[in-house]
Amino acid sequence: MERLHSIFVAPFADMVAAPDFFLQVVWEGLVSGVLYALIALGFVLIFKSSRIFNFAQGIMVVFAALTLVGLHERGVPALLAVPLTLVVMFFLAVAIERVVLRPLVNQPDIILFMATIGVTLFLIGLGETIFGGENKVMITSELGIPTGSWIMEPFGGFVSIEQKDVTAVVGAVLLVIALLVFLNKSKMGRAIRALGDDHQAALSVGISLSTIWVIVWFISGIIALATGIVWGARAGVSFALEVIALKALPVLMLGGLESVTGAIVGGLAIGVLEKVFEIYWGQPLLGGNTEAWFAYVLALLVLLVRPQGLFGEKIIERV
Amino acid sequence: MTPMTAPTPDTAEPILAVNNIEVIYDHVILVLKGVSLSVPRGGITAILGANGAGKTTTLKAISNLLHAERGEVTKGSILFEGQEVQALSPNTLVRRGCIQVMEGRHCFGHLSVEDNLMTGAFTRKDGAAAIRDDLELVYQYFPRLRERRTSQAGYTSGGEQQMTAIGRALMSRPKMILLDEPSMGLAPQLVEEIFEIVKKLNDEQGVSFLLAEQNTNVALRYAKYGYILESGRVVLDGEAKALRENDDVKEFYLGVGGEGRKSFRDVKHYKRRKRWLA
Repeated sequence: MERLHSIFVAPFADMVAAPDFFLQVVWEGLVSGVLYALIALGFVLIFKSSRIFNFAQGIMVVFAALTLVGLHERGVPALLAVPLTLVVMFFLAVAIERVVLRPLVNQPDIILFMATIGVTLFLIGLGETIFGGENKVMITSELGIPTGSWIMEPFGGFVSIEQKDVTAVVGAVLLVIALLVFLNKSKMGRAIRALGDDHQAALSVGISLSTIWVIVWFISGIIALATGIVWGARAGVSFALEVIALKALPVLMLGGLESVTGAIVGGLAIGVLEKVFEIYWGQPLLGGNTEAWFAYVLALLVLLVRPQGLFGEKIIERV
Repeated sequence: MTPMTAPTPDTAEPILAVNNIEVIYDHVILVLKGVSLSVPRGGITAILGANGAGKTTTLKAISNLLHAERGEVTKGSILFEGQEVQALSPNTLVRRGCIQVMEGRHCFGHLSVEDNLMTGAFTRKDGAAAIRDDLELVYQYFPRLRERRTSQAGYTSGGEQQMTAIGRALMSRPKMILLDEPSMGLAPQLVEEIFEIVKKLNDEQGVSFLLAEQNTNVALRYAKYGYILESGRVVLDGEAKALRENDDVKEFYLGVGGEGRKSFRDVKHYKRRKRWLA
């Protein structure tokens, strides 16, 4: 009885008793959720347009962040380092298309997936060779990101919100809006969606695969840089960042591999839920550190009920 | 859209010439064993034949979509407007004015009908205004698409999808459309409607057509010239009118016997092949 009480009643009583603390937890969760969503978005774009599950998305985040910090270390002013990093990411996209994707076109999906693992290993090696393997500090203030925090006092309590988190959220929202406008309103965006629907037909109307692939990988590179800056600002830049890409997997399962909305909602949901679960259930009942597995279990449960994910594209079939 | 090319008589250089091509899939499966055909500028030419005769393969060889299916043209040549197409990507070919409408429509299911049409203009560089004009023109030819412009193409009817696919090809301002099985899965009335539009496009826009069809009856009424394919070879060709009156074609493709009903026992398959291949 006491056990049931501590699972089903006590956590909610805690939430109500200290709403300011609850808000703080949700906010923290939202911020990590934004990051998960960004990484998932990179996956979704590449999967939609080429049916490739891009294992390298995580390392692209690290590589972009490393390039940015590395350029700054070598004396490039921060605001110039950002466009320069984007140029690097563009050439990376071109190189991946030329060297990896083009020769492997029409190969089974699993081979392309393996190829992205190869890209991952290559980028780890390249990054370490050029910038060294030690941890670096993200150049947050040099980029003009405010580092203070705001204190708010809702419900007579106390919530502290870091300004760089707010910047991250606002930046992510702007990025997503720009991406959605690009996908839905521009000629290239339309071609990307068309390619996701029917590869052969896209070829037959003259949509050039290589152009689209370069664009899509470049966009993923931009997203990777944004993710890298935000995550690096919280936790520093190191190759350990790569594993956060794994966090995108449950997000994708939850949201569906093809849905931009799914990636965003899935990311936010997982971010918030895992935080809330950790604080109110994990720490008091399970000894903490539930964040490491909560997302995967949640995704598993969702898959049992909806195999295409919560927002996976419905397969349109005429009968 | 002004007529792109005035329909000229058959004596001019053909817009498309296929010379004795051989196609092999996966390095081992020989599908086309020396197919030759030509399409005059402004013509409607039909490739006829049963399942597996090689109609689709012929069209895909021309539009260079074979690579995506591990097919390869190993012999012969394909000339579009006098230029060899084998080295060109589908993208370049569409830009030069040769586009394929694939069998089974292949609309982009999650895109709206209008977005589907707009993808056809991917290769164009002549500005948004010209593309808008052509969209208007497509809607004039296919008024039904205008009504359904915002529907997801995957939820439209088979006829509407076929119209979308043809309209999409039209948006690239083609000189020639390779049309694969436009009648597939459509009600006879709709088939007639689609072919009427093909004829109108041919008359008014000067678009040349090479169409692959199993529906010999309809195809030979609209086409000017026809080729009959059997197991990867052209076994008979001629003016559509002549083919329609040919006894063998009547018997084997149009289903009308020469003298009353025939039983299958009397159909001497080998004899027919022997005569045609001689």
